Amino acid sequence: MSTKLKDLAKKPQILSGGHRLCAGCGAPIAVRQVLMGVPDDVKIVVACPTGCLEVSTTIYPYTSWNCSYIHCAFENAAATLSGVETAYRSCKEQGKIKEEYRFIAFGGDGGTYDIGLQSLSGALERGHRLIYVCYNNEAYMNTGIQRSGATIKGTWTTTSPFGNNSYGKKENQKNLTAIAAAHNIPYVAQGSISHWKDLVRKAKKAFATDGPVFLNVLTPCHRGWRFPMEKTVEIAKLAVQTCMWPLYEVENGKWNLTVKVRDKKPIEEYLKPQGRFAHLFKKSPEVLAAIQENIDREWEKLLHLCGEK
Amino acid sequence: MNSLTKTAALVGTDAVAEAMRQINPDVVAAYPITPQTAIVETFSQMVADGLVKTHMIAVESEHSAMSATIGAASCGIRAMTCTSSQGLALMWELLYIASGLRLPIVMPNVNRSLSAPINIHCDHGDSMGARDSGWIQLFSENAQEAYDNTIQAIRIAEHPDVQLPVMVLMDGFIISHSIDRLDIQDDASVQNFIGTRNPTYSLLDAQSPVSVGTFDSLYGYFFEFKRQQEEGMSNALKVIQEVGKEFGSLFGRPYGLFETVGMEDAEYAVVATSSAAGTIRTEVERLRSKGIPIGMVKLRSFRPFPAVQLAKLLSGLKAVAVFDRSNTFAGNIGGPIFIELRSSLYELEKRPRIINYVFGLGGRDLSVELVKKAVSRLIDIKPNEIIQQNVYYLGLRE
Ligand SMILES: Cc1ncc(C[n+]2csc(CCOP(=O)(O)OP(=O)(O)O)c2C)c(N)n1
Ligand code: SF4
Ligand SMILES: [Mg+2]
Repeated sequence: MSTKLKDLAKKPQILSGGHRLCAGCGAPIAVRQVLMGVPDDVKIVVACPTGCLEVSTTIYPYTSWNCSYIHCAFENAAATLSGVETAYRSCKEQGKIKEEYRFIAFGGDGGTYDIGLQSLSGALERGHRLIYVCYNNEAYMNTGIQRSGATIKGTWTTTSPFGNNSYGKKENQKNLTAIAAAHNIPYVAQGSISHWKDLVRKAKKAFATDGPVFLNVLTPCHRGWRFPMEKTVEIAKLAVQTCMWPLYEVENGKWNLTVKVRDKKPIEEYLKPQGRFAHLFKKSPEVLAAIQENIDREWEKLLHLCGEK
Repeated sequence: MNSLTKTAALVGTDAVAEAMRQINPDVVAAYPITPQTAIVETFSQMVADGLVKTHMIAVESEHSAMSATIGAASCGIRAMTCTSSQGLALMWELLYIASGLRLPIVMPNVNRSLSAPINIHCDHGDSMGARDSGWIQLFSENAQEAYDNTIQAIRIAEHPDVQLPVMVLMDGFIISHSIDRLDIQDDASVQNFIGTRNPTYSLLDAQSPVSVGTFDSLYGYFFEFKRQQEEGMSNALKVIQEVGKEFGSLFGRPYGLFETVGMEDAEYAVVATSSAAGTIRTEVERLRSKGIPIGMVKLRSFRPFPAVQLAKLLSGLKAVAVFDRSNTFAGNIGGPIFIELRSSLYELEKRPRIINYVFGLGGRDLSVELVKKAVSRLIDIKPNEIIQQNVYYLGLRE
């Protein structure tokens, strides 16, 4: 199966139109790009934890999923899917089903970095053959833009507001991709909806991997990030170009930078168009410098890990 | 069908593990906690020894145990787990999801108190905390009943008119860790009895994919779903009796919603559950032999609660004492069985007086002396006496 656009465009849509996600939402773009990687001859079961994607794609009695789908709760998509995957292996072993299945979870950053981290870690450690995709919009959007462990320093959210005593979120985000990689699972990668070819290639690898896979995909949310809805992909691209969101993979322990950024753009170019950072430009320029410092440090670390330095 | 019966001496946890071996579920996801641990260990060994076809998921928490069990059961196969106390509490939100999705999951729960203070011994506070979670709850008096209930639970849960998860309850340590004599049926008879699961939906049905656990809001059908769930629970009253009768005709041990001792001519009755029923029965029988018209009702099915059946049975009695191994913390209005039963009797024209004994919290022993004390108060109640004190704490150091 090729990654040529004209071939990919012919693939049947597994997430169909008519869902109720906001126009311009990054999440369904990530879902569609990842599902471009589903091999032609396999079926899939999708699991979603509670979140924007879940509530907007399965409003009873409708569903946007042209495949089997399960939502259980907010913090347990990985555990739930591990049960599905195990049931499949049991059925396969007993000769009860002939079809080949793959199992894939799409969880928000809240359901993945925070409340669902234990469930994810357990599933990765147990070695289930499943793909967990975090569609990362850096906050709890479904409940109205609250900070998460993925929210970057300085961000305004409704639970990290700015005020006389606050410049927004005080802490840096955690590096969940590296945490997943520390489970020594066969395949971990970071992707962005702006780099569809890179992401589809990673998704294909994911579906071919016999073991747990973790993909962390940046999916801007214009409602929470405060930018015009037609700029979603552009913003995602700036995140990559500023090295805010580097694209790389860790395959059987080997780190590999998949999109090389020669001229790293200053972080202001990414932050400026987003209303969630507007207060920093007015009142807290020192935080801009701190964000840049963190990016530079993390980027250097990554270059070393990937053997680029 | 001729069933071979083998007599064995097993601790309660092994009796349950043996039932699970014979059920041979497709998937088990479980996490250890005292006093349930031995079930997980024994069953893991059975998997390791190839005695079952089960795929075991050694999860990292009870939350994940129930999540994985829900995922597996949504594939139309048989999935089980087991737990106790804090583990059950950690599963809480998922208990409602399992029943709301109408998944016929069977889960033995070894009754243990809930923290704080931390205490590993028996009371019913854990499963009572889940009494409105939409699970069927069956109490077991001893290892035999724990074994029998686990097997019957599969049939009850999967019955098309029910389709609800079942919790099989047994007392921590008192039953889980005591060696008991019990009859074990042969594997083939158990398999014949439980049959195969015929699911309505499966995530793995390639011909008709399905969305499970969808979003249903203000203008949806939530209320209707919940009403149907109640219907399933009401239907379970009949199904529990049918399954118990069939079980009895095959294996010689019939079951109903409750069991009675001497209720034909009783004027007083004690209502009890689980292992305490053994101690109480001894005292009730002693009094009966002395001509005192007292009987006992051993409640097996707490959910569904056999309100109508119990009201019929207790109508016209002088007084009833209810033994509760947990409390409701509702302002001294008694334990959960007492509250349910008192409400069930309300419509009766000939309503008995009713008192409650909360006992045995955190494993506090229920001695025959304590039962004697409680029963002597019961049989002292006069018809039409105005009861000043309804709720007693039996065995409390005051
Ligand atoms: C146990 C529990 N706590 C809280 C919630 C409320 N809740 C539902 S979705 C959500 C946030 C989802 O955020 P995220 O995972 O980032 O997904 P997004 O909506 O941003 O796509 C929260 C807090 C819940 N459903 N369950
Ligand atoms: S709020 Fe954000 S994440 Fe949620 S649907 Fe809208 S754009 Fe997407
Ligand atoms: Mg989010």
